[in-house]
Amino acid sequence: MPSNFWLIAQREYLTRVKKRSFLIMTLLVPLVVAAFGFFIVKIATSDNDTQDVVQVLDMSGQRLGARLVSTKQMQFKPVQGTLETVKKDYLKSEADGLLYLPAGLSLEAPRGVQLYAKGNVSIRKQQAVENALDKLFSEDKMLASGLSQEKLDALKTNIDVASINLDESGKEKNSNALATSGIAYALALLIYLFIFMYGVQIMRGVGEEKSSRIMEVMLSSVKPFDLMMGKIVGIAGVGLTQFLLWGILSVGATSAITALFADKLTATAKTEMAANPGGTERAAQVMGGAEVASADNAATPADPAAAVSERFSVFKALRGLPLGMIVVGFVIYFLGGYLLYGALFGAIGAAVDDQTDTQQFMFPITMPLILSYIIGVSVILRNPDGPVAFWMSMIPFTSPIAMVIRLPFGVPVWQLALSVALLIVGFIGTVWVAARIYRVGVLMYGKKITYRELSKWLFYKG
Amino acid sequence: MQPALEALNVRKTYGEHVALNDVSLEIPDRSIYGLLGPNGAGKTSLIRIITQITGADGGEIRIRGERLAPRHIAEIGYLPEERGLYKKMKVGEQLLYLARLKGLSRTDATQRIKAWIQRFDLTPWVEKNVEDLSKGMQQKVQFIATVLHEPSIIILDEPFSGFDPINANLIKDEILALRDKGATIILATHRMESVEEMCDNIALINRSRKVLDGPVSTVKDTFRTQTYSVEGKGRLMVVHPDFEVLEHHERENDHFHDIIRLHAGTTPNDLLRYLIGNVEVHAFRELIPSINEIFIRRVRETMPETLVEEPVA
Repeated sequence: MPSNFWLIAQREYLTRVKKRSFLIMTLLVPLVVAAFGFFIVKIATSDNDTQDVVQVLDMSGQRLGARLVSTKQMQFKPVQGTLETVKKDYLKSEADGLLYLPAGLSLEAPRGVQLYAKGNVSIRKQQAVENALDKLFSEDKMLASGLSQEKLDALKTNIDVASINLDESGKEKNSNALATSGIAYALALLIYLFIFMYGVQIMRGVGEEKSSRIMEVMLSSVKPFDLMMGKIVGIAGVGLTQFLLWGILSVGATSAITALFADKLTATAKTEMAANPGGTERAAQVMGGAEVASADNAATPADPAAAVSERFSVFKALRGLPLGMIVVGFVIYFLGGYLLYGALFGAIGAAVDDQTDTQQFMFPITMPLILSYIIGVSVILRNPDGPVAFWMSMIPFTSPIAMVIRLPFGVPVWQLALSVALLIVGFIGTVWVAARIYRVGVLMYGKKITYRELSKWLFYKG
Repeated sequence: MQPALEALNVRKTYGEHVALNDVSLEIPDRSIYGLLGPNGAGKTSLIRIITQITGADGGEIRIRGERLAPRHIAEIGYLPEERGLYKKMKVGEQLLYLARLKGLSRTDATQRIKAWIQRFDLTPWVEKNVEDLSKGMQQKVQFIATVLHEPSIIILDEPFSGFDPINANLIKDEILALRDKGATIILATHRMESVEEMCDNIALINRSRKVLDGPVSTVKDTFRTQTYSVEGKGRLMVVHPDFEVLEHHERENDHFHDIIRLHAGTTPNDLLRYLIGNVEVHAFRELIPSINEIFIRRVRETMPETLVEEPVA
């Protein structure tokens, strides 16, 4: 009765999807994602909304204070008076800080500079001030060493390294290491989470069936193999549904939230582009406006212009990736990995009576999974063509994660073919073993299960 | 008539352990067949082979002359001793699911479920989860699930356990009705009075071997011991060449109650003639061994070295 397999898968799918916990999880996760996204957007925008005002009391007599360059994030405002009166005024004012440049401040001994604030001085604020001063001092030092102003301007560079990926055919591809790694990491995490979450569900499902003693009734109607595979496929359907809904709802919720802030974001990005060249007269003399913007980006990666340009380069990098290979490979390893581990999780559920006994059998199964993830995101991500990457992407137990990490970096076709072939062999092998353990285990009660016992089951006649 | 089910030299081992050793049975069509045996004798192993949950290591099972094959699954209904249903599933859905696994169409199954639900007064519970039902009601649901696809062979392992006397009677009547409608029923139970009451044939399995089988009346016949219970008034000679008094109880007013076994060649009429000539007979009855006694005796004979678990009377 081949239709039984689908009946079983259908039941496994429907009973789980209809559960209240499924609905709650499906709604909750996107909300968390959206809330997280909201949080990030909030930080990004609020950061740009507020411009720190720092009062500058310049006693150095070198007009240093006046030459401090204000930025979008920090405005320097010269004040006059003694340190005592200025301090008092500062406390009454709305300014965020007070920079004190003492008399006798020299290029040789730039000491005694103080930054007063109404609370603790944030590292960010302190660094911005230090950077601004640093720039002034180093320019002055270079000028003092005999460089002309023209030479100095000419020395300023703005390097943007574009990495190019040369493939076997010699075609150049624009690659972006960060985007590639990001994709590799995301794919690996997806597979890892999926196998873990739903593999455990398979194990629990089998355990529940066993403890509710329905197995004998079921097995008088269906083959144990159908029962096991029906459950695995049904739960895979649940997982895919949940992931799909999460994806749709997360994108929906996140874009709804960002839509609220979108106007603000683009507005700040624009004003920054426009404001920077004018606001920084010195720099404007030597550099084009656009370059100023990108120079600023380097200093403050959190600002939206940087995010926009980075997103742009992600898209650019995506175009250079072997997308077809990634998608097809991901689907194969996603399903293959899930089926391989799912069968083993099912076997554990069948072998033990008590959920608490699962630990000792869980360990050897989860270890290669965890290992391939940890090694994957560290070693393989750094060296996707190294020997560790190669071997781990060949072993069926580690290849689902190891290989998807390598995919975005490009994998020779023969390696991919070999790895997929090995995965299929491994999958058939584990399903065979799991089915045997399952068949005997589901009707075995009250027996202490050892590995020795399990290995005996493999050779029981059907 | 062709037997509904035959087992021919069936053998099953689990590693070193021999669960069934050369067991052969013949289960006549349209009858109730009692499958008896102490715990662990091999009954469940045999049932699991018939239901195709496991395979035999040797021998074969024939259903109406055909070698057991996957297509026979729909012809067999099985109520295991370990009852179980999906606890979080609604009664109606559960029955529909189990019926469809046996190959019933959705419409057929729905109709039959409705009829059975009404018959067992479960209508208010159809939309309830199984775990919300009492144990007795769960058992009823399980019984329905067993017979819903109208199997021609129904295997019931301890069908009365968990039922109160009223519901046990209800189930008993259903079983008899199913037999009358043409089903063959294999009844595995330790309730010997049910066996006496319902079974047409029995087989006794002990220590993985069949030790006894046949029609209930024949089995009882072979275990008759020519023993009679006699009640009356007067004085009975205790030593006689034709019979032996096993037990002698004196009652007040010269009444007595004796258990007498005839020696070979003596008929009950010979004994009666002697009794009539000597005492006043009030009651004369042959002591036919119950299935319970036969069970215990036979099991003891075939398992002398270990303690025998007493069957639930």
